[in-house]
Formats: sequence, C-alpha cells, structure tokens
Amino acid sequence: MTGMRLTAALAFALAMTAGAQAAEAPAGAASCSGCHAANSRVDTPVPPLAGRPAADIATAMAEYKSGARKGTIMDRIAKGFSDVETQAIAAWYAQQK
Amino acid sequence: MKSHTSRRQFLKTASAAALLPLPAIAQSAGPKVVVVGGGFAGASAARFVKQADPKIAVTLIEANPTFTACPFSNGVIAGLRPLRAQQFNYEKLGDAGVTLAFQPATGVDAQAKTVTLSGGTKLAYDRLVMAPGVDLRWDGLPGYDERAAAIMPHAWKAGEQTLLLRRQLEAMADGGTVVIVAPANPFRCPPGPYERASLIAYYLKTKKPKSKVIILDAKDAFSKQRLFQNAWAALYPDHIEWVALSKGGKVNAVDAATKTLKTDFADHKADVANVIPPQRAAAIAQTAGVADRSGWCPVDPVTFESKLVPNIHVIGDAAIMGAMPKSAFSANAQAKVCAAAVADLLAGKTAPEPRLINTCYSLVAPDYGITVAGVYRPKDGVLADIEGAGGVSPIDAPRENRALEAQFAEGWFKTITGEVFG
Repeated sequence: MTGMRLTAALAFALAMTAGAQAAEAPAGAASCSGCHAANSRVDTPVPPLAGRPAADIATAMAEYKSGARKGTIMDRIAKGFSDVETQAIAAWYAQQK
Repeated sequence: MKSHTSRRQFLKTASAAALLPLPAIAQSAGPKVVVVGGGFAGASAARFVKQADPKIAVTLIEANPTFTACPFSNGVIAGLRPLRAQQFNYEKLGDAGVTLAFQPATGVDAQAKTVTLSGGTKLAYDRLVMAPGVDLRWDGLPGYDERAAAIMPHAWKAGEQTLLLRRQLEAMADGGTVVIVAPANPFRCPPGPYERASLIAYYLKTKKPKSKVIILDAKDAFSKQRLFQNAWAALYPDHIEWVALSKGGKVNAVDAATKTLKTDFADHKADVANVIPPQRAAAIAQTAGVADRSGWCPVDPVTFESKLVPNIHVIGDAAIMGAMPKSAFSANAQAKVCAAAVADLLAGKTAPEPRLINTCYSLVAPDYGITVAGVYRPKDGVLADIEGAGGVSPIDAPRENRALEAQFAEGWFKTITGEVFG
C-alpha cells in the first residue's frame, strides 16, 4: 500500500470508527496492554498506546506487517490483524487516556 | 466512558463498600460476579469486570493475601533477583471496588449458583469466573509426592519452593549435577523448564563452572527449541545436556531419599533434582464439574464459558484454550476478553468474537531474551492460531535483538503486574 492510499484509507476508517466510538474495546485491543502499559508510571521501554494519534498506531502496524519497519516482536503480531481491525484498535487507543 | 469526576466518586463509594462484611455485599442490588483464584487470570478478570460495569458486585476469592508470580521466578532461582520482586498484594484491587475474600473456595453449587468458602460462607453469583490455576499431580510420577517435593523441589508454584531450589543450588559443591525433569504436554509455562535450565547454567558457569544441568524430558520437542539450543551451543556448551524422550529422557519414577531419577535406560543420580511433575486444573475445578477426563476445562472460545456447566467461565492455566499456551500473558488476555463477555451477558447482550494475543518472553541469560508470540481467533470451537502471524524470534537475529528482547521482557513483567495488581 502506498503512503497516500494508506493515509486516505486511514482517514476514512478513523472517521467511521470515531462516529461509532463505543466504550467496549474492539477485538484484539484488550491484549495490547499486556506489554503497552496503560499506566504511564510503569518503567518500560515499550511505548504506551493510550492517547497516541490513531494514524501513528495504524501506520506503525501497517509497516510492521509489510516489513517496512523492523521490530523484535510486533512484526509477528501485526500479521495477525487485518487493516480494518488494526484501524479500529488504533482509533480506540487514541481515545483512551 | 464515565467522566473523570463520577469515576472518582464511584471509587470512593466502592472502597467503602469493599470494607463491608461479605453478607452485606451479597445483598447488593446489581448483578453478582464471583471470581475464584487471584493469579494473573483471576485478578485481571475481577478488575476488568468491575471496570466494565461498576454496578456489578465483584468478589475475588483467593486463599493467599500475597501473590507470588511465577514469570521471572527462574531469575530468583539463579540468584539474579529477590523473591520479593515477585510478590504483590490485592490492595489496589480492593481500592478499585473488588471485594476480597482471603479464604480457599471449597465448593461450587452450580444449581444454586453459590460458592462455598472454607469458613462456611456461601457466596451467590450470577456468573462465576474460575481461574484456579494448576494442581501438581502427586499421583502423576511414582515416588514424587508432597514429601518428595521438600527434597526434590518442583518450584513450579513460586514461593518457598523457589527459594528451596535456590538454596540447594547455592549449597551444591562445584562439579555437581543438576537434573531437571520436564513433563509431557500440556503444562503451565511450556518454555519454563528450558529458561530455568538456561539460567541455572548461567549461575553454574559463573559460580560453579565444573557443574552441569541435565534435562530429562518426556517430550521430543519443546517451545522455542531451536532458539534455546542455538543459545545453549553458544553460551553453555559444557553446561547443558538435553535428553529427549526418544533418547531415554522420560522419567518413570523417582527416589527422593537418594535423589535418583529413573528412566527406561538409566538411573540418574542428582546433586540437585528439580522435578516438574504432570499437572491438571486445580481441585476446585474438578469439584465444580468444569474439568473433563483430561483434567483440564473445556470452554467456549468466545466467552470462555464452560462447555460442561452453564454460568461458569474458566480462564488461565486451568482451561483448554486450543492453540493458546498456558502463560501469564495468555491468562491476562483471556481475563480481559472474559470480563467484557461476562459484562455483556449480564446486560443481556451477545459477546463479540474476540482476537487474542500471547507473548512469552524467556531469558537464556540476563541480557539474552527470546520470544514466542501468537494471535488467536475462535475456530471450530477452540482458539486457533491466525495463520501467517506469530512464531518465534528470528533464528539468525543479531545479539542486539536478544539484548532488546531481554529489556522488553523486564518491561513486560512490570507492565502486566502493574495492570493486574498496581
């Protein structure tokens, strides 16, 4: 996927999910906080997800999935989610504090 | 999401409620969820059911007011960290509005929907979440019972057993032989015996270089096998020997008095013997009728409700989760999905189809970490691997990646214990 198309797809997906923002986490989102601390006081090199722009999260996941971004473990995990699933997770985390 | 203020007010009210005696809680108006077991699965479930719907009265039943975590306890055995770094309490869960009952659960009446505590109190539930973990099978390996475990520790439940194994390693003379007996699948923490062998080898190489570790295995293959074996060849070529099932590794009986492990081919005499026996879902799961003849608990892969008894959910090591391994990460991930499902079901809604992730870090040395990961979805009545995802750390990854994974392992432990107990 090119950067332009990715951005357009993201903007669309984010607009869709923002409208239907539910309190309940989308499928897969609950697992992330096993490593990505919901509590910012935790001392860990793993970056938090809560409150980050959805596009940042979704782009990182897309790049891990394609291999454009090197990871230790996220490349293996990103491959388990479709773009739509990833975008829903990204949108939900963007709304969290 | 509730506004910040109303959430804070709720917390105050909930803290006060948490101090009330149990019978008062049992009469509260909202739906009642009881959780049995305060490990990674149960404590997470209690916390997230309460968070999903503060109107639900949540009671966590746990025998021990101090939780001692198994992940990273191999580091305690190798003298790399103190046991207190493994220990947590339930105060913050109480602050979050979860009622705590520090007594063993002794019975479940699925008809009346009550759980009985050892003190005789009966707690009513609308939904019961069972996360009792594993029992070691004292009938699973001839000669290995609770008394033998005081001489040949299992150290497969963290605490005094962990310290016992550490003391035995410290007391062992240089040139000694440590034998680890690894069980057949399934068991708690599939890479655990091999991480343990690695960190014990690290200790021996550093402190007692003429000694070695032998793993007598009831299997021909194990989790992250090539990664472990490559690392052993590089780091501990003289300190670890793995004996597979097909090479006579299966231990058929043990003799505690002489620390002897007996296989079809030989009697192995150990200076330190660490026997990890076969396991099954803890006794209360058998009592409740949620375990099948395998000794483990079959569950629906969407809600984790028992396939044998309605209104009881089973999560964590006790449950049969298909492709998902028995790990702390899995337990916590399952708990969060289960909590949302329980809240949905109590509200008359259908639980959505979940996706779950597992990540297991193992340390081969303090600065050498490796992982296995998986992503799972319900398929044909169990949780199945999503194909193309997951797998182990690259076999040819540079040493910097191993160091990074060791740092991430530490971060994972702080994060997950923070989420559950912090």
